[in-house]
Amino acid sequence: MTAIAVTDSSEPGLLTRAHWAVTDTLTITRRNLLVWLRVPAYIMFTVIQPVMFVLLFRYVFGGAIRVPDKGGYVNFLMPGIIAQTAAFATFGTAIALAQELQKGVIDRLRSMPMARSAVLAGRLVADTGRMLITTLIVIGVGYAVGFRFENGIVAAVAMVVLATVFGLAVCCISAYTGLAIGDEESVQAFGMVWLFPITFLSSAFVPIQSMPGWLQAFARNQPVTYVIDAMRALAGGGPVWPSLWKSIVWLAGILIVFAPLAVRAYKRAS
Amino acid sequence: MAHSQSGGPAILVEGLVKSFGEVRALRGIDLSVPRGTVLGVLGPNGAGKTTAVRILTTLLRPDGGRALVEGRDVVREAAAVRRSIGLAGQSAAIQLELTGRENLEIIGRLYHLSWPRARSRAIELLRQFELTDAADRAAKNFSGGMQRRLDLAASLVGQPKVLFLDEPTTGLDPRSRLAMWDTIRSLVAGGTTLLLTTQYMDEADELADQIVVIDHGEVIAAGTAEELKGRVGGDIVEFTVPDRARVGDAVAAIATIGEGEPHADAETGVVSVGVGGQGSDALIEVVRGLDKADVQTHGLTLRRPSLDDVFLALTGHAAEEEEADQPAGRRGRRKAKSKAADKETARTAS
Repeated sequence: MTAIAVTDSSEPGLLTRAHWAVTDTLTITRRNLLVWLRVPAYIMFTVIQPVMFVLLFRYVFGGAIRVPDKGGYVNFLMPGIIAQTAAFATFGTAIALAQELQKGVIDRLRSMPMARSAVLAGRLVADTGRMLITTLIVIGVGYAVGFRFENGIVAAVAMVVLATVFGLAVCCISAYTGLAIGDEESVQAFGMVWLFPITFLSSAFVPIQSMPGWLQAFARNQPVTYVIDAMRALAGGGPVWPSLWKSIVWLAGILIVFAPLAVRAYKRAS
Repeated sequence: MAHSQSGGPAILVEGLVKSFGEVRALRGIDLSVPRGTVLGVLGPNGAGKTTAVRILTTLLRPDGGRALVEGRDVVREAAAVRRSIGLAGQSAAIQLELTGRENLEIIGRLYHLSWPRARSRAIELLRQFELTDAADRAAKNFSGGMQRRLDLAASLVGQPKVLFLDEPTTGLDPRSRLAMWDTIRSLVAGGTTLLLTTQYMDEADELADQIVVIDHGEVIAAGTAEELKGRVGGDIVEFTVPDRARVGDAVAAIATIGEGEPHADAETGVVSVGVGGQGSDALIEVVRGLDKADVQTHGLTLRRPSLDDVFLALTGHAAEEEEADQPAGRRGRRKAKSKAADKETARTAS
């Protein structure tokens, strides 16, 4: 009896724990954003690279690629670039977690009386926030080179929200790979192996009709294409629902599978 | 359990078992560390030291046995254990991009200190660890010794009752090691219970009240440094053969002297032999034997056994021999190790 009483008195209540979970997540988020701002190379990779892609595709490949979209190739391109940017931003998620694992940072945090969820949650919040900032910068650059939202402000906001949710879902996959593989270089190599094909073998940069038949079969039926098609419809007009509901199902599925996997990998990390 | 919280040991481990697949990392370890004392856990790489620390700091679940820290079970009462411990691992677990101050403030916030309290605690610790001047520089610009000090400071933010230091001086240069020892000594003077793992004999000798020697996941000896040295059974005669080709001749020349086989390190040319209580008589015999065999030596000493000798006597191999199959990155450690041994020889010789 004594033992139970002692344990109870020192265990914080549910409300206190919920409060800590939120403040701990915010502390980790703040830390991650600070690190991002301190390292020019990170900013370079996350902001300059997508801007470079916009300019490269717009001016180098743009002339050769024919699209039926209103506003021409730049309107076709921007949703693709934004989705690709969101997906590539999660390289950072996987690498940062693998580094923290290797350096023992995660061991230290797990040995502390902080909320168990905060390290992952803070990572996802910071990386999604970073992604959102990058998306807005890329849209700004797009506007400078001729991109226009043709479908009103609400649909434009919906497009940014969809891109962010997509980024969050990919973030969960990357977080899981980062923690499960746990070695910075392997994580980076593995990221290349799945992030490049999944973004380039989609409707991101070229109309799928221009690909060979066997490739079309893949490109047409994978989630990145659904998300980009939905974003394109939201930005430029056209039927939204056919691709949007498939996107929502896919993204929900990814979150349901990979968020728990990432949490489990964090708890078991060694 | 109520009694163990008030009067029991700070750390109590009984029959702890842990396997990773086929590898049996811990094969039933028992430990008991009284409050306010220092336990040195000594053993080569792969002996199971880190596994034990990871279980005690709630990072890993044991397969069998139990472990209590401050009377709390590390599995069933992990949250309570986490509130009373601090951990510093083998590498500096700090955010290199952030300043020393920011690192400590963030840890303070994660211990649920208020902002003002987290700030003042960071300032206190920076002062205590002589990092005040570097407080606002990014930790990546710190020297290795400073990074480890910052890491140690981070483990103390929550004012732990029990501190776990897993190889705190591994990879540090000799000067930083000595500075780290001073820091650790002053921490212990403040009443913190400390469990320290190390593969350096001199480190355990310097810092620990009690020592356990672990090899292949088992405790093979326990006691104070003096008690363990007593196991070797007397004094040691040691010398260095500058011509490595003649190490074998030297061993042959003194084979009949002393107790047990002489031990020779072909790499450094250091030969040692236990001579029990024969003392200076054995020393004279060794000199005669070497003279007769015409083997040149230097640094001939008669000394008390070190923990190196204890490890050799207990396991039949030197502490660092198992490192041969470690990755190249570990080699620096080995050098530091033999340097430390040289220093010890020099000290005893003078």
